[in-house]
Amino acid sequence: MTKWPKYALLASTALLMVWPFLWMIGTSFKGLAEATTPSLSPWPREWHPENYIQAFQAAPFARYFLNSLAVSITIAGLVSLTAIMAGYALARLRFPGKRILFGAILATMMIPFEATLIPNFVLIGKLGWYNTYWALVVPWCANAFSIFLMRQAFLGLPEDYFDAARVDGCGHLRFLARIAAPLAKPAVVTVALFAFLGGYNGLLWPLVVTTDESMRVVQVGLTVFAGDAGVRVNLLMCASAIVILPAAAVYFAAQRQVQEGALGAGIKA
Amino acid sequence: MLGLLDDFLERRSRAHGHEAWTAVLLLAPAGIILGLFGIAPLFFAFQLSLCGGKFAMGGYVGFENYSRVLHNPAFWKSAGVTTYYALGTIPLSLTLSFFAAWFLFRIQYARSIFRTAYFLPYITPVVAAAMVWRALLNPQSGPFNQLLAGLGIPAQQWILEPRGIFSLLTGGWVSPEWGPSLALCCIIAFDVWHSLGYGMVVFFAGLSAIPREIEDAARIDGANTAQMLRHVTLPLLAPMILFLLIVGGVRAFQSFNSFYALSQGGARALGTTENLVIHIYSNFYEYGDWGYGAAVAVLLSGGIALLSIAQWRLWGARTSLQ
Repeated sequence: MTKWPKYALLASTALLMVWPFLWMIGTSFKGLAEATTPSLSPWPREWHPENYIQAFQAAPFARYFLNSLAVSITIAGLVSLTAIMAGYALARLRFPGKRILFGAILATMMIPFEATLIPNFVLIGKLGWYNTYWALVVPWCANAFSIFLMRQAFLGLPEDYFDAARVDGCGHLRFLARIAAPLAKPAVVTVALFAFLGGYNGLLWPLVVTTDESMRVVQVGLTVFAGDAGVRVNLLMCASAIVILPAAAVYFAAQRQVQEGALGAGIKA
Repeated sequence: MLGLLDDFLERRSRAHGHEAWTAVLLLAPAGIILGLFGIAPLFFAFQLSLCGGKFAMGGYVGFENYSRVLHNPAFWKSAGVTTYYALGTIPLSLTLSFFAAWFLFRIQYARSIFRTAYFLPYITPVVAAAMVWRALLNPQSGPFNQLLAGLGIPAQQWILEPRGIFSLLTGGWVSPEWGPSLALCCIIAFDVWHSLGYGMVVFFAGLSAIPREIEDAARIDGANTAQMLRHVTLPLLAPMILFLLIVGGVRAFQSFNSFYALSQGGARALGTTENLVIHIYSNFYEYGDWGYGAAVAVLLSGGIALLSIAQWRLWGARTSLQ
């Protein structure tokens, strides 16, 4: 096969993949009449940037954003911390029961979220955490996948580094904080990024544990707004665009550091 | 502070010959969270599933909830929806993401642009992307029906259409009850579009790891492209395929966001887009029937565990031979 058909095929499918986003951005700038007329073209005949202001006024999106960002940034920080600590212990420390513990942690990856949904909802109630940030953050601040990823990263560090640090009087804690964690930065960034996106994209859990409008996160806010917006497709597309923006921005900012291979969790071909 | 603690733990470790104290300290935060919100709820879910009444306040009822689940047509319908969804999304996204990675691997220029384009849907929040698809599929104002009109095909109800896809394709020759509804097919198409980039990245990593000499050797032996794919590339990618099958299977049985966001307000197309998770959610959260919801969750978890083990056995045995 020559080169051009491959490029043509890839380019046309790539266009198909991104076209919904182009259409979304275009429609978000269209007037109401134009937006509700069926059109494949994303290009607006008349530009209405004030749609964005209207969308922000139509629902308390600023508040939703504040909630979502506070929750997902906290989750990202805490997930990284718990994963660094647990991953290091599983990779480098000698203690009885290590294999069993590692197996138990991996097994939690197999537990489907909906199995724990109702009991966790009840637990959050018993703790008095309904409609609080605690409910949105605490259950998510450790996960097996991140621990596994950090363990793999620490296993990859040369043993000599630790021996050298030990000669200089470093124990495990100091070695982890000053040398191992900084050296494992790509893995840390990967863990933090996916924890952030997981927190930001969550819908079912916030839907269940928050009812107060002031505690609503953007994903829930967006589904509510979809009902309120009704035929105002242009405003709904504004809202969708601003909800997508932080996720895309964080991804592209971290992209250079992210180990995409980690998505496959260290599987070797 | 860190220094003092570190010195203390080091002395302990040296005295005991193992590093259990340091390990306890480092593992405690993750262990408490995973134990409390990951493992303990499993037992609690089973306990809840044995309780009756609204909000599970009615006391112990034995296995009555399970019997209600198994005798409820809505449960079986939602199990069917989940099955159709899994059978639709997994093979489609696996095939498409493989070919995306395969073609991408074979070009020299603009790789990163194409990669970004394919990966973009995966990093966008499902809910926001679903809003765009809902607008695109809107029977009145969306461009999809306009596209169909251009091709001379009558307008469709898309995400609101409860009739089966096969019935629509054959002009009513097959019963509209049979097969996935058009509404469900829209959700399948959406999720294939949304998750394709993930599979592509995994396959791309796999293709990059295949030594060039193997392909060169096969070429010298006269293998054409199809033979290369069948006998060299795909067998070497078996671990990736297994991984994506398991991940895809587990995800298919857990998907909620796309179902909720795409069909909310559409009366769930007469239940044809109510999958098992939506079924749990509506019984538990909308009707307050906790025991029933927990029973479905327990059954579903058992099913997912069996499925994963079965896939592991079937594929794991074959992949370990490579």
